[in-house]
Amino acid sequence: MKPITPKPMPHRFHQARWDESVIFELSQPGARGVLLPPVEAGIEQEVGNPARALPEAVRRTVPPALPEMSQIHVLRHYARLSQENLGVDLNIDVGQGTCTMKYSPKVNDQLTRTPKLTELHPLQDESTVQGILEVMYRLEGMLKEISGMDRVTLQPGAGSAAIYTNICMIRAYHAARGEDKQRDEVITTIFSHPSNAAAAKVAGYKVITLYPDADGYPDLEALKAAAFERTAALLITNPEDTGIFNPRIAEFVRIIHEAGGLCSYDQANANGILGITRAREAGFDLCHFNLHKTFSTPHGCGGPAAGASGVTARLAPFLPVPTVEFNGQKYYLDYNRPQSIGKVRPFYGVMPNILRAYAWIMSLGADGLREVAEVAVLNNNYLLKKVLEVRGVSAPYAKGKRRIEQVRYSWEQLYQETGVHSEEIETRVADFGMHYWTSHHPYIVPEPMTLEPTESYSRADLDEYAAMLKQISDEAYTNPEIIKTAPHNSTVHRTHQEPFDNPDEWALTWRAYLRKTGLPYPSPSSPAETLPERRGE
Amino acid sequence: MSSPKPVYPYIPNSVPAVKEQMLREVGAASIEEFYSDIPENLRFKGKLNLPEPLLSEAELIRHVDGLLNKNRSTREVLSFLGAGCYQHQVPAVCDEINSRGEFLTAYAGDPYEDHGRFQALFEYESMMAELLNMDVVNVPNYDGFQAAATALRMAARITDRTTVLLPVNMGADKFSKVHEYLKPDMTIERIPFDPKSGLLDLAALKAKLSEQVAAVYFENPTYLGLLETQADQISSMAHAAGALSVVSVEPLSLGVLRPPVEYGADIVCGDIQSLGIHMQYGGGHGGFIAANDDPKFVMEFPSRLFGVAPTVVEGEYGFGDVAYERTSFAQREEGKEWVGTAAALWGITAGVYLALMGPQGMVEIGEGIMQLCRYAMKKIAAIRGMKVTFAETPHFTEFVVNFDGAGKRAAQVNQALLERDIFGGKDLSSEFLALGQSILFCVSEVHILADLDRLVTALKEVVK
Repeated sequence: MKPITPKPMPHRFHQARWDESVIFELSQPGARGVLLPPVEAGIEQEVGNPARALPEAVRRTVPPALPEMSQIHVLRHYARLSQENLGVDLNIDVGQGTCTMKYSPKVNDQLTRTPKLTELHPLQDESTVQGILEVMYRLEGMLKEISGMDRVTLQPGAGSAAIYTNICMIRAYHAARGEDKQRDEVITTIFSHPSNAAAAKVAGYKVITLYPDADGYPDLEALKAAAFERTAALLITNPEDTGIFNPRIAEFVRIIHEAGGLCSYDQANANGILGITRAREAGFDLCHFNLHKTFSTPHGCGGPAAGASGVTARLAPFLPVPTVEFNGQKYYLDYNRPQSIGKVRPFYGVMPNILRAYAWIMSLGADGLREVAEVAVLNNNYLLKKVLEVRGVSAPYAKGKRRIEQVRYSWEQLYQETGVHSEEIETRVADFGMHYWTSHHPYIVPEPMTLEPTESYSRADLDEYAAMLKQISDEAYTNPEIIKTAPHNSTVHRTHQEPFDNPDEWALTWRAYLRKTGLPYPSPSSPAETLPERRGE
Repeated sequence: MSSPKPVYPYIPNSVPAVKEQMLREVGAASIEEFYSDIPENLRFKGKLNLPEPLLSEAELIRHVDGLLNKNRSTREVLSFLGAGCYQHQVPAVCDEINSRGEFLTAYAGDPYEDHGRFQALFEYESMMAELLNMDVVNVPNYDGFQAAATALRMAARITDRTTVLLPVNMGADKFSKVHEYLKPDMTIERIPFDPKSGLLDLAALKAKLSEQVAAVYFENPTYLGLLETQADQISSMAHAAGALSVVSVEPLSLGVLRPPVEYGADIVCGDIQSLGIHMQYGGGHGGFIAANDDPKFVMEFPSRLFGVAPTVVEGEYGFGDVAYERTSFAQREEGKEWVGTAAALWGITAGVYLALMGPQGMVEIGEGIMQLCRYAMKKIAAIRGMKVTFAETPHFTEFVVNFDGAGKRAAQVNQALLERDIFGGKDLSSEFLALGQSILFCVSEVHILADLDRLVTALKEVVK
């Protein structure tokens, strides 16, 4: 037999296409997905059925029109939907820049599945949860070392929640000094995550946003002009979304400190600088990490995530309660913190991700973390070189300089020459089984594309991603139609966007869809209104 | 003495030869060159002081097991803890689906790569909508605390008013979160509860209502386990004052309990942990917010909202973001509060749970829990020295027991129960001073008759 032709670069992907119905269409009246334990006769005899004797004011009369399905049909439906989804496990996930899409080790997932974690109630007596408290205590210790901060809370549910937590502590700090009324402004930069600006606004601050200077660095002169006695804090990412490290960051901090403000370092993505540079050395008062970015916990389709907020000693009194302490014999939760900002979420944090992050650091150690940073940066600069070989793309700012862990590119030239937008490229990328992200709004860099290759991808992976971009660029110059009509190999085709912004048409739920399109509700396969009697003993 | 650097299984390009080649290709002498922008004074000197790594899976598992094995879980110890985190049977299919790498490791791709998560979350919204009898439900935000805090800010924006009325019978932790969240520009006033029924004091509510009030917030079931039977009146009173009725509800109760919209709620919120998500030491929370399909409300949601629309091919369901321009992703501080990574996978999981349970399952679990709860209340009330507080008010899954008559402190009772291998309930003695030495117990479908009788027997011994 003849040899079979080797695979091309990029591969000829096609996404799963199950043509799956919406779950309500799969309903079979009477079918059951799970059964409940029967109510024992001894209970029934003693108390009857109180739900049926409830006052009308609180009793439901019509059962919810949920789908009725056998177990295998629920499983199959969701298994099919999962196949129509592209996790890190499946793709060369360098296209979701700033998101730090890295490998989430399977062993760490396995560790979270023990009943010794999943079946712990957060209000159990401390003597019965010494193990998980020790994990939290130890992880705090590691993150203190990695950031140089004096205390770290693991309570925030995600990165933006950690930003918000930091702002609350900043507000409490100024309030404790009687300066909260005076200090009503927060400064951030346009290449910092939008939640820095948005969470500060929620916390009551006027937001000042600095734009980049000609070299792409946050404008130092603008900062000097903005910092004064009303400045509460600077919230700044470094390296910014451009992947450029701001070498004057300590000067930024000094200027804010001189104005009496605090400085919070957005280290959501610290992937390129682990063990290289820390919030402490740059003089920051607070910082935060996203455990689902730098510390490998999976992104879960958009959470559960986990955030960690670090502070210097002078901010420590304001940390959320409780903190985890160790008295030499036992670990315990400390609520006796009168200056605390209180709770930022129920209980103590997203525990499975706290455990995963702990396990990840334990499996790498100091040398491993540094290797993560160095390889992430090497990968990024390698990809930068490959991408710049593609026609129509550039890397604005800091010409000829190296980048840290990511790059915000521009397809401006390609757009000028072919009329193809970055957002159209984004859709075309789906045809290759990969992701692609433009940037947050506003598009300061025109026709943006943000790539972040992390440490998890091989050289061949990076070559393939660049080969895909090259192919799409070639298409733009020779056959732009194929881009403008994409996707072609996805689960579905181009979706009409107009209904999403039209209140008469948008349908956020199946019932709204039925109503707005004139279809019968409940749908014909919906459950009978009167349900059969429950299985008894 | 240091051993040579290993090749790390999680870092493909840690192979030294590959690194060398790549450095050559980019024309860099060393990796240090990439960091040339970072000034010397900002450099961390030396090596991070971290524990020695456990490079193999075997070492790592041994270590972590060693830590976690110090825990005793509710699988080993009979537990009656609730108070915001609930022990329920998690169907195996829930874990199967949320463990799939396609979902677990995905993030923020667009609907053409990630059609599956868009559809699964649209279906989650849709099934929650059936439970709640409302047309709009968000992609989950962080947790029920955040959901309440945001629902109240939404109400303030919608009414253009700044005062909210919160009940005294809500949990202290949730109040703490909401208070900090509203503090900058809103005013909170508290409505006491009737000491006999445990329900909202309507006279006090009436006195506090004014044209400054944006929302009246209450919970059903309340934090103390009671069903707010005056819900219709509360909503009517709020509406009469031009305020919104904001209700936090336990979604698991909605097979048997009336959806809040039917007693006048304008915004409904809560936590989805009960819907197929393990307790995880408090790590399994997700928040929901629901409203009617009115743009005045929809445009005030900070969260992602996924919707369905046709594609260019007939017969395909396409999905996407509804009214994306309202978000902080689109408009930074000019968006509605903020949006970010929150709890999407728990939303998918809760959807799986609702599909497995179906209408019949939701009715049965609600009825069964109420029977167990009533049984436990009845038996405990019969013990001398113990009093079930608010016994005349209908309960769902939790109830308060007071030990003042037995001369015992709540902490003593819980300690004595622990000695009998039982996790008692939440000690309320510092959270609700007015309730004296009281414990909030919680039962659910995981309990059987023998478990309840064991608790009753143990309590009898404790007060003897």
